[in-house]
Amino acid sequence: MAQPTSTLLIACGALAREITDLIEIHNWHHMAVQCLPAILHNTPGDIPEGVRQKIRENKPTFEKILVVYGDCGTGGLLDTVLAEEGVERIAGPHCYEFYAGAEHFRALSEADPGTFYLTDYLVRQFRQLVIEGLGLDRHPELRDAYFGNYNKLIYLAQSEELELRVRAKAAADQLGLAYEFQFTGMGGLIDFLANANEGDSPGGSHINRLLA
Amino acid sequence: MDETETDLDLSTLNNEELVSQMHDDLYDGLGEEIVEGVNILLGRGWEPYKVLTEALVEGMRIVGVDFRDGILFVPEVLLSANAMKSGMFILKPLLAETGAPKMGKMLIGTVKGDIHDIGKNLVTMMMEGAGFEVIDLGINNPVENFLEAIDEHQPDILGMSALLTTTMPYMKVVIDALIEKGIRNDIEVLVGGAPLNEAFAASIGADAYCRDAAMAVETAKDVMSRRQGSAMAAMAVSA
Repeated sequence: MAQPTSTLLIACGALAREITDLIEIHNWHHMAVQCLPAILHNTPGDIPEGVRQKIRENKPTFEKILVVYGDCGTGGLLDTVLAEEGVERIAGPHCYEFYAGAEHFRALSEADPGTFYLTDYLVRQFRQLVIEGLGLDRHPELRDAYFGNYNKLIYLAQSEELELRVRAKAAADQLGLAYEFQFTGMGGLIDFLANANEGDSPGGSHINRLLA
Repeated sequence: MDETETDLDLSTLNNEELVSQMHDDLYDGLGEEIVEGVNILLGRGWEPYKVLTEALVEGMRIVGVDFRDGILFVPEVLLSANAMKSGMFILKPLLAETGAPKMGKMLIGTVKGDIHDIGKNLVTMMMEGAGFEVIDLGINNPVENFLEAIDEHQPDILGMSALLTTTMPYMKVVIDALIEKGIRNDIEVLVGGAPLNEAFAASIGADAYCRDAAMAVETAKDVMSRRQGSAMAAMAVSA
């Protein structure tokens, strides 16, 4: 059971491995992690209330709660819930941006809006989330309906695992897209957790307010 | 699908049975069967507009309802849309020749930075099915594209679509440009896309948020009947 003075990170399941690795490496054992299923990204409208429920369940147990979600397609509704609950989150619209860094990601998006991004998690789950999730295993003829306007796939890598690079390249081939590799490391995720560890208000200066 | 269904000869069905079967075929995304059904109905003397509305649009309406209720998902809707497109391909030139009723004119496009057009394409198809003339600007449109097309085509409705949280604020850029040009009140602005909601639409000054293609059509029809009502009222006052 978590200690009364500890911090709870409520996170997207797509970040579970990276967060637990960082906690282990930096010995931040006063931090606990609870994740919501990554598949909620297919129904982003369910994310805000899912996060709210987790916050309310855990408020009596933890001294501090932080949320490790981007806006993730909730159209600002996650931020509305967090403001109501008095909880902060990592800045940014999605994990691509906080891994790559806001400025760099903006530059990538402006250079080619037709770019599809993968992270380590998405490379690992590519078949389940992309191929099966979009029904391409059953209907490969739909590939161009989904990806016809894309030009390339950029793998924003958190680790340097060679096997993941091979799988990311295969994913690009399967989608008919040019392939590019960029190593980001943990990007803004490590800064957010480090600030939380120092007892700062990690999101205070940069909570994302997309609709402000 | 079992062998019996595969072997079904559509030409042996009466009109009511055939239309009902076409609804099922649209639901199952069977493009070849839809083409065959359309040709049979045309061969029996049906007006193209009647084939469109009773067989195709009504079939897609059923698909839309089940999508909204979580019974069908995006892949199935795409297959249904492709099947409808096959039928529309035959009907479109015939509709132009026979002078189908025109409900109004809509300009539509995804906003700058956004290349996701599945929703936009569905809306376009359903709007055309409902009798609207649709000018489709395609994807990744800067504000200049919208303004030039409005000047050129004088649409009743502007539809903007975005899938990304990062691109949806650009809709406000377009609406602000309409205000600056003094033409905001001349055009109804409908917005849609997965991350949008009513609060966002209100915050950027859009007239309505449409959560799916069916709602876009209903909203557009409401817009046109309001406009026609206003025009008649103005005529009555001036008479």
